[in-house]
Amino acid sequence: MARWLVILGLCLLFPTAFAQQSPGGAPAAAGSCVACHGPEGQGSGAYPHLVGLGEAYIRRQLDAFASGERANAIMKPIASGLSESQRQAVAVYFSGLSPVPADAAAGAPPDGPGRTLALHGRWQQDLPACVQCHGPGGQGIGEDFPPLAGQPAAYLEDQLKAWRAGNRPAGPQGLMGHIAERLDEDDLKAVAAYFAALPAAGEAGDD
Amino acid sequence: MNRSVLTVVAGCAVLAMAAWLLAMGLTGGPEDYVERYAGQSVTARDEASAVPVKPSAPGPSSSPSSPESGQAAAPAPASEPPPRSAIPDNEFGELVRQGERIFADTGRFAGDWVGNDLSCQNCHFDAGRYDKTASLRSAWPMYPAYRSKNQHVNDFAERLQGCFTYSMNGKAPPRDGQVIQALQAYSFWLAKGMPTGEAPDVRGYPDVGDPPEPPSFARGETVFQENCALCHGEDGQGRKATGGGTGFPPLWGPRSYNWGAGMHRINTAAAFIKAAMPLGKPDLTDQQAWDVALFINSHERPQDPRFTGSVQDTAERFHQHQGQYGKTVNGQVLGEHSPPSGTVP
Ligand code: HEC
Ligand code: HEC
Ligand code: HEC
Ligand code: HEC
Repeated sequence: MARWLVILGLCLLFPTAFAQQSPGGAPAAAGSCVACHGPEGQGSGAYPHLVGLGEAYIRRQLDAFASGERANAIMKPIASGLSESQRQAVAVYFSGLSPVPADAAAGAPPDGPGRTLALHGRWQQDLPACVQCHGPGGQGIGEDFPPLAGQPAAYLEDQLKAWRAGNRPAGPQGLMGHIAERLDEDDLKAVAAYFAALPAAGEAGDD
Repeated sequence: MNRSVLTVVAGCAVLAMAAWLLAMGLTGGPEDYVERYAGQSVTARDEASAVPVKPSAPGPSSSPSSPESGQAAAPAPASEPPPRSAIPDNEFGELVRQGERIFADTGRFAGDWVGNDLSCQNCHFDAGRYDKTASLRSAWPMYPAYRSKNQHVNDFAERLQGCFTYSMNGKAPPRDGQVIQALQAYSFWLAKGMPTGEAPDVRGYPDVGDPPEPPSFARGETVFQENCALCHGEDGQGRKATGGGTGFPPLWGPRSYNWGAGMHRINTAAAFIKAAMPLGKPDLTDQQAWDVALFINSHERPQDPRFTGSVQDTAERFHQHQGQYGKTVNGQVLGEHSPPSGTVP
C-alpha cells in the first residue's frame, strides 16, 4: 500500500516523466484520439476540433469527462482511461498544434438573430456578446476562452444545452453556465449555426 | 370576479405607486446624479455636468397623477434606443454608422487621436447603448452643461473631446472634424425620443452605495485575483485575442486610461465595477467593488495631461476627490513614475 502511495506521489511530482513521447513529438496517448478528432486535431464530422484549445481548458475538460461532471458517454471511458500524466501530455500536445489554414470554401455566416447575439449580445437582458469572451470571429482568447468558429453546429448546440441541463461544469467563475442559462431554444440554434459557419482559423470577416 | 377582489387589487396598485415615488424621493431620484458622481468634495465635481439640483421628485413626465383625474401624461421617454436596423440608408445614416464604428473600435477608426488600447465601448457597453454604463442617449439631451472639471459650460462636442484627452489618453480631435461630427450624429440618433434637458431616469453608472468599511488595497488584491485576472491578466495589462485582435482591455499601465480620466476615481470605478464586472456576471458585493476599485487605481498609469511639472501641485489643483494620484502606495508616490500622456501614434 505504502509503496503505491510513493509511486503515485512520484507520478504527481513528475507528470511529464511518465508521458511516453513518440518519435514524432506526439505522446502515445494522443494516438487514439485522432480517429475522431482528426490527425491534426482538426475535428471530423460531428466531432469537435481540439486545435486552438488552451492547455488549461483541455485539461479541465478531460478531468470533467472522467469525473462525469461533464456528461458524455463516448469521452468518459476515454478520459478515465488516461492517467493524470497522460491527460497533461495530450493537453500540452493538442494545445501546441498550429491551426490549419481557414477553409476558404466555408460559406458566409447567415445574417440574422444568431449573428446579432454573437456580435452584439442582448444587453437589454444584461447578456454580453459571445465575441467579447470568445474573441473576434470566435477565434478564442488565451488559455481559458475556447474558439467556437468552425465547430460542428450540433456540438455547439449540445454544449449550450448541457449547461442548461446541469451536465457540464459552469467553467471558470461560472461565467459560461450563467450565459447559457439565459439563452432559449431559438437562441442557441441560431448562435450555434452562426459560429459553425465561420472559418475555424485565419482571418474572419469583421463587422 | 367580485368587488372586494377588485378593491384589493386597486389598493395594491396605489400602494405600489406610492412606494415607488417614496423610493425615488429617498434615493434622490434621477437628479442626484450630480451629487452621486461628484465625490465627497463639493468643489471637485469633475464628472458633474449640471448645476447641482436638490434631490426631488421626478420631472413632470412622471409626476403623480391619479388614474381617475384623466390628466394626459407627457409622452414617456423611449424605453430603448432605436435598433441598428433602423439607421437610414442616406448620408446622415452613413455618418451615424461611422460614429458607431468609432465608438466600438476607436483605435482603428480614429487612431490619430487615441493613445492607449481602449475603445469608448470598453466603458460604455454595447457601443454606448447599455443603460447601466453611462449610455449616450442619456447624455445627449443634458448638454450644454457646466463642468467643474474645466470650469465652464461645455457643449456635447467638448464633452466628447474630453474623453479623448483623458479616458483614451489621446488628443482632442477638432470639433468640426469628421470624428466629433460622426460621434455627435450617432449620439443624436440614439437619443431619439429622449426629452431635451430632462434628466433621464438612468444616467451615468448606477449608484453603488457607501462601502461598509473603508476600501482596502489588500482585500482589493484578493478580489482582483479571484474575479478579474482571468480576463484582464495577472498584471492587469489585458489580453489579446488569438490572432492579435481585441481581447480584454488593460486596467492600468501605459496602455490604459490616464490619471485625469473619470475611471481613476475610486467612487466612479466602484460604481462601474458593481454594475458591470465581472463581464456578464456582475456579482460583487459593494465592499468588494470598492476594494478592487481602489486596488486597480493604485497602480501607475499615464500622467494627468494637466500635469504642471510637480505631482504635488497637480494633485492639489486637480485631484481634490477620491483618487490615489499623489498618494504613496507601497513606498512609491503615484504620479512620480507615470508614463507620458497623450502618446498618440
Ligand atoms: C470515439 C470518438 C472519440 C475519440 C476516440 C476521442 N474523442 Fe474526444 N470527443 C468525442 C466526442 C463525441 C466529443 C464531444 C463530447 C460532448 O459533446 O461533450 C469529444 C470531446 C472532446 C473534448 C472537449 C472539446 C471541447 O471543445 O470542449 C476533448 C478535450 C477531447 N474530446 C479530447 C480527446 C482526447 C485527448 C482523446 C484521445 C485520448 C479523445 N478525445 C478521443 C469523441 C472522441
Ligand atoms: C463572460 C465570458 C463569456 C461569454 C460572454 C460567452 N462565453 Fe462561452 N465560454 C466562456 C468560457 C470561460 C468557456 C469555457 C468553459 C469551460 O472551461 O468549461 C466557454 C465555453 C463555451 C462553449 C464550449 C466550447 C467547447 O469547445 O466546448 C460554447 C459552445 C460557448 N462558450 C458558447 C458561447 C456563446 C454562444 C456565447 C454567446 C451567447 C458565449 N459563449 C458567451 C465564457 C464566455
Ligand atoms: C469575463 C472577462 C472579464 C472579467 C472576469 C472581468 N472583466 Fe473587466 N472587462 C471585460 C471586458 C470584455 C471589458 C470591455 C467591455 C466592452 O468593451 O464591452 C472590460 C472592461 C473593464 C473596465 C473598463 C475598461 C478598462 O480597461 O479600464 C474596467 C475598469 C474593468 N473591466 C474592471 C474589471 C474588474 C475590477 C474586474 C473584476 C472584478 C473585471 N473587470 C472582471 C472583461 C472582464
Ligand atoms: C476608461 C473608461 C472610459 C472610456 C474608455 C471612455 N469613457 Fe466616456 N466616461 C467614462 C466615465 C467614468 C464617465 C463619467 C460617468 C459618470 O460619472 O457616471 C464618462 C462620461 C462620458 C460622457 C458623458 C456622459 C454623461 O451622462 O454626461 C460621454 C458623452 C462619454 N463618456 C463619451 C465617451 C466617448 C465618445 C469615448 C471614446 C472616445 C469614451 N467616452 C471613452 C469612462 C470612459
